[in-house]
Amino acid sequence: MKLTYVSLMACSALIFAGSALANDELLKLQKDPNQWAMPTGDYANTRHTDLKQITASNVKDLRPAWTFSTGVLRGHEGGPLIIGDVMYVHTPFPNAVYALDLNNNGVILWKYEPKQDPNVIPVMCCDTVNRGVAYGDGKIILNQADANVVALDAKTGKEVWKVANGDPKKGETMTSAPMVVKDKVFVGISGGEFGVLGRLTALNLKDGSVAWKALSVGPDDQILFDPQKTTSMGKPVGANSSLSTWQGDQWKTGGGATWGWYSYDPQLNLIYYGSGNPSTWNPTQRPGDNKWSMTIFARNPDTGVAKWVYQMTPHDEWDYDGVNEMILADIPVKGKPTKALVHFDRNGFGYTLNRETGELLVAEKYDPAVNWATHVDLKTGRPEVVAKYSTQSGGQDHNTKGICPAALGSKDQQPAAFSPETGMFYVPTNHVCMDYEPFKVSYTAGQPFVGATLSMFPPAGQNNLGNFIAWDAGQGKIVWSDPEPFSVWSGALATAGGVVFYGTLEGYLKAVDMKTGKELYKFKTPSGIIGNVTSYTHKGKQYIAVLSGVGGWAGIGMAAGLTGDTEGLGAVGAYKALSNYTQLGGVLTVFALP
Amino acid sequence: MPHRFSLLTLAVLVIAIFFVNLLLLAPNMLAHAADKPGQAADQKPPYTVVNGKVDLATFNGYRRYGESCLRCHGPDGAGSSYAPDLTESLKHMTPDQFNEVVVNGRKNVSTSSNNVMPAFGMTEDVVNYLPDIYGYLKARADGALGRGRPKRIDGDD
Repeated sequence: MKLTYVSLMACSALIFAGSALANDELLKLQKDPNQWAMPTGDYANTRHTDLKQITASNVKDLRPAWTFSTGVLRGHEGGPLIIGDVMYVHTPFPNAVYALDLNNNGVILWKYEPKQDPNVIPVMCCDTVNRGVAYGDGKIILNQADANVVALDAKTGKEVWKVANGDPKKGETMTSAPMVVKDKVFVGISGGEFGVLGRLTALNLKDGSVAWKALSVGPDDQILFDPQKTTSMGKPVGANSSLSTWQGDQWKTGGGATWGWYSYDPQLNLIYYGSGNPSTWNPTQRPGDNKWSMTIFARNPDTGVAKWVYQMTPHDEWDYDGVNEMILADIPVKGKPTKALVHFDRNGFGYTLNRETGELLVAEKYDPAVNWATHVDLKTGRPEVVAKYSTQSGGQDHNTKGICPAALGSKDQQPAAFSPETGMFYVPTNHVCMDYEPFKVSYTAGQPFVGATLSMFPPAGQNNLGNFIAWDAGQGKIVWSDPEPFSVWSGALATAGGVVFYGTLEGYLKAVDMKTGKELYKFKTPSGIIGNVTSYTHKGKQYIAVLSGVGGWAGIGMAAGLTGDTEGLGAVGAYKALSNYTQLGGVLTVFALP
Repeated sequence: MPHRFSLLTLAVLVIAIFFVNLLLLAPNMLAHAADKPGQAADQKPPYTVVNGKVDLATFNGYRRYGESCLRCHGPDGAGSSYAPDLTESLKHMTPDQFNEVVVNGRKNVSTSSNNVMPAFGMTEDVVNYLPDIYGYLKARADGALGRGRPKRIDGDD
């Protein structure tokens, strides 16, 4: 007995030491501005760097220092990691990973390219994008398109382990970037347009085995809810909080995919992420609130149990996935210092919550065009839907017109940045509206399960399809807004040098003044930018890096532009197709001062 | 081995469905036998557009296109950054060529290209409405129909 007990102790001590090591290294790395060790920059998803060699006064002298072609044509989302003197660059399908030697002019130290069945390509909803690799415990973790997760030795590129996290034949694919916390890797799943069962899975970093799995919809023991302790709007959710909001077995093809970004608060020991649309897009076919699709989750990373949840868009009628990043920032909210979670949802509302309790503090429109709801009731958390824009009220086979935002949201996955210097959030946004006509569809595993047809166009009387804005999350107000001809589909970077960077669909890397939004610099890269801007130092010098390579959802309709002949919607005749501005091609461009 | 077996079964099924569909579609295909570049002027087009408004079949084609094709081929068949412009392709494709590609899919995977169209032979929302989808896209390719949601002759709005 005693012996067993002692060995058990020894074992736990070993396991604990292992986890503590990975944890400590990443906690340190995420704070080091010289490196960019996570796809999100840090656990709080701030996309902020303390580096300030590049400033508002000298950024005009910025120029490309070197470039790297990825050899892949389709949409390049995400951005590279920089750890020590090595840069890790990923590509869309076939999901190649390159390790580049920064000490030796970017010579390729190793290249990894998995063998994948190309039949996965058409099962990916909106292009074959991938949002980047993660680092932890000497490994590079890659989520492959075909839902395999592979860990590579960061030094050699050799496979350490490989596990299947889904089945592409059912429409399950992977596009999101993993996140490593302690001794676990968190991975999501894509496929909301194929009726997949959304879930977040924690894999053991050591060997890829499953530590826990939490569905977005389903029975309490599978969504890892404690009916008495898991709360929503400050109250326990009670038993069967998800099942009671679906008709029969519909939850089994209910979606709630988890293809966005994940964040982590080490002090509160909570991870945060959102779930996507309920399947199908035809709301009439799935009565109920469809919980917990379109939801922000706060979970314990060790056990997976949910501490609190908040559903932003109950019974979605517009495809407003709730997967966008959760930015963790300590800011004054309505004058009171708050441990906040700030989230810019596809539905057009900028939410500020207390990230410890899940209390809803602010919910305001971050694009004035948003019209599907008048406001969000802070007491109930529910949006006040405008009947005219409800595709449920309109019903099947009825074309509901002029809904803002469009299905791609006032913002999609392209992550915003937070600056502790100004206390502001810098948000890349879409400025697009839609007509939406739901119709009946049948479910076949691995086949599209959409059930709505859409036309998209700019808001009435306007011809800019995007804005880059500064947002005060404590007040819920736009501070400044720079119009862009196309949706801004690139992740922002806020710097201590007083400059914010972002990319545009035409291919410009732009630098603007953090305080005023004034454009300070722009450079046209070889292709449209849907990647995220990154900063690091090498031999003491600050660099800015960004992937270009147009595609993604932004690439759908790129060839001909959005529908321009919908009557009564203003001066959209002048709207020109994106293909007149840019063509395909994955290239990393790295900028520096002379 | 079970894997291989299921693939084989699938292949047989797809082929079977293909032939069943050929039979089902035969009258339609015969009607469009001359529906090729340089078709006879008196051939009836595979769609009905009157004063910019469409019949139910063409409208259904528009909707089914939106369900299963749009996410790659873009709004109104106009193509995307990774799939061809069908308003161009259908200037040259016959209905049977169209049906063959939709039912069996198409692969173009090489060092420079990663384009794959899935086989829709098993997708009810597509195979049951092939003539409608073809008709809608042909109307777009012929320039008989503009962009956006077409209005219906029997008028719901």
